[in-house]
Amino acid sequence: MDLLRFATAGSVDDGKSTLIGRLLYDSKSIFEDQLLAVEESSRRRGDAVVNLALLTDGLRAEREQGITIDVAYRYFATPRRKFIIADTPGHIQYTRNMVTGASTADLAIILVDARKGVIEQTKRHAFVSNLLRIRHLVVAVNKMDLVDFSEQVFNDIVASFHDFASRLDDVADITSIPLSALNGDNVVEKSKSMPWYRGSSLLYHLETVYTGGTSNHVDARFPVQWIIRPLSQEHHDFRGYAGRVAGGVFKPGDAVTVLPSGFQSRIKKIHLPGGAEAPEAFPPQSVVMTLEDEIDISRGDMLVKANNPPRNSQDVEAMVCWFSQKPMEPRGKYLLRHTSRETKAIVQELRYQVDVDTLHKKEGVPSLGMNDIGRISLRTANPLFHDSYRRNRLTGSFILVDPGTHETVAAGMVV
Amino acid sequence: MPNYQLDHLDQLEAESVHILRETAAQFQNAALLFSGGKDSIVMAHLAAKAFWPAKIPFPLLHIDTGHNFRETLEYRDAFVEKLGARLVVGLVQDSIDKGRVQEEKGPFASRNKLQTVTLLDTIEEHKFDACLGGGRRDEEKARAKERFFSHRDEFGQWDPKNQRPELWNLFNGKYHPGEHFRVFPLSNFTEMDVWMYIQREGIELPTLYFAHEREVFERNNSLLAASEFIPLLENEKPSRRTVRFRTIGDITCTGAVESQAANLAEVIAEVAAARQTERGTRADDKRSETAMEDRKREGYF
Repeated sequence: MDLLRFATAGSVDDGKSTLIGRLLYDSKSIFEDQLLAVEESSRRRGDAVVNLALLTDGLRAEREQGITIDVAYRYFATPRRKFIIADTPGHIQYTRNMVTGASTADLAIILVDARKGVIEQTKRHAFVSNLLRIRHLVVAVNKMDLVDFSEQVFNDIVASFHDFASRLDDVADITSIPLSALNGDNVVEKSKSMPWYRGSSLLYHLETVYTGGTSNHVDARFPVQWIIRPLSQEHHDFRGYAGRVAGGVFKPGDAVTVLPSGFQSRIKKIHLPGGAEAPEAFPPQSVVMTLEDEIDISRGDMLVKANNPPRNSQDVEAMVCWFSQKPMEPRGKYLLRHTSRETKAIVQELRYQVDVDTLHKKEGVPSLGMNDIGRISLRTANPLFHDSYRRNRLTGSFILVDPGTHETVAAGMVV
Repeated sequence: MPNYQLDHLDQLEAESVHILRETAAQFQNAALLFSGGKDSIVMAHLAAKAFWPAKIPFPLLHIDTGHNFRETLEYRDAFVEKLGARLVVGLVQDSIDKGRVQEEKGPFASRNKLQTVTLLDTIEEHKFDACLGGGRRDEEKARAKERFFSHRDEFGQWDPKNQRPELWNLFNGKYHPGEHFRVFPLSNFTEMDVWMYIQREGIELPTLYFAHEREVFERNNSLLAASEFIPLLENEKPSRRTVRFRTIGDITCTGAVESQAANLAEVIAEVAAARQTERGTRADDKRSETAMEDRKREGYF
């Protein structure tokens, strides 16, 4: 079965939880005991209707405040596909959580309240999805029942979103769907209230949209994660390089270069987990490779093809989202994790901050605070073998870790 | 032209293998929590595949309440031998004998909560810096917010409001002395995925998972196994029924379901049609609305 990972952004007010609740409920992914528990909690809290948000807002603090704070992962499957939802909060003070949820998604559902139209929050969600390179967007225009299922209202919202989206980079497709999550219009079944809408229901779209994954199948990249040396009688000389293919396709017999040493060799065999031999390896497979020659390779090294090397540099330009309550230090030193590598990094310069609501660039700002997004230049202690994030999400991304607290303080995307 | 698409079970496997190898690489002294339940069996199976042809570089750690199904222990010992792994056992009885915990009293007594102390003591004693657990995000609403690499402070506590964000394939396992991590390689598996994976891989399971005859009695809408560890209330009369277990834990809090599903295909059909969550049979989750979050905060699995 095929797997689609998608992110939803929005707040309770947008009907996000109701929408997810309905997708789960109508695909029979909510069980009776869960529903009973939610009904009981709703009643105890004095909610007028069964509050489906209680299904997803699992933490005590979230239930008390009635908001989504952290990313929750939800699962459902239909006969066509398995889905993983990264359910993220919509408020600006949780932008970092949305960034987190979006980092592994192939598609984003952006919720728009039909009565409010395209507002700052909509733009922010579209911008963040785009920044994280989610190339498939669904504009879910919800609460159509409250605007008399008006085609005009829907068309105006779509037009205004498209106006805005022309400023986004490299979007593959935008699909707009008029919905009423509360009543189920166009969620699973086509709505009878909107005969003017010729498109498919949300679920049908999710089941059939072609994303092709977001993996790069062109530039061969294999970050070495772990060396397997059994030292047993049976596998006395076995020396395997374990890792997850981050880009391109590798085959036995391929000539490869090891970075940073520059040594060259050929791939002898590729083993899947458990040992089965494979004719090729591609992302996101986890494999073990053996080479024809015995050369010195350790964790953090990268196998690539000689005719197509990654960028190899200690100076990196990147967009970052700041996660920590402690603001970014000008000239601050951090630990940087990139593929299977770790090195020290220093912030050379903060070039600008992006106002996530207007997309304006603010220059001359002194620092980035929690949830801020900006462009920085970094200098690393050791060279990074990387690609632009636009070309490869796995070799173009990194995190910064505070060397004192060990907190993850920022996520970065190489420009 | 190949399409380079992976089946969802292959994608889940690749992710889990990545997490298991990352655990070996980022920690000095990790252990794999093994309960004899299907999730920990699948996790150990994945670990064996991840490090092939080498052996699993972690010991298996069983926190033993002493209130086991006989079948679980038999399975455990055979499984450990087959893997050629090392087994470490932390006994709740030892914690009771040392006065570290007080045994609960009465007919509803369970050692479930006491396990946390034994687990944390065992982690400290062996200086484990990471414990791999078979928890899944679809199991329970607090688990839905859990990270792959989940930080625990020097008291073994989880702080759900202050978790490290996890993005892409990048995991931050940095810790200060005395702190440790829980690592959950099966985070993105659902109950159904676990069953389908067991079927695809031909993994053998304890017989408890399949329909068998057993003395059971009803309590709190659950069917509990009659055993020397659970005193019966006056109105509770055990009877012989055909049942199976959807989850396996301590005998005092693991509920059975009536079932005729005697093989894997029948179990999968039953799981697909189920209208109750698998943890719906667990008495330990029924103690309050946020029972799981509260236990996890203290250091539970």
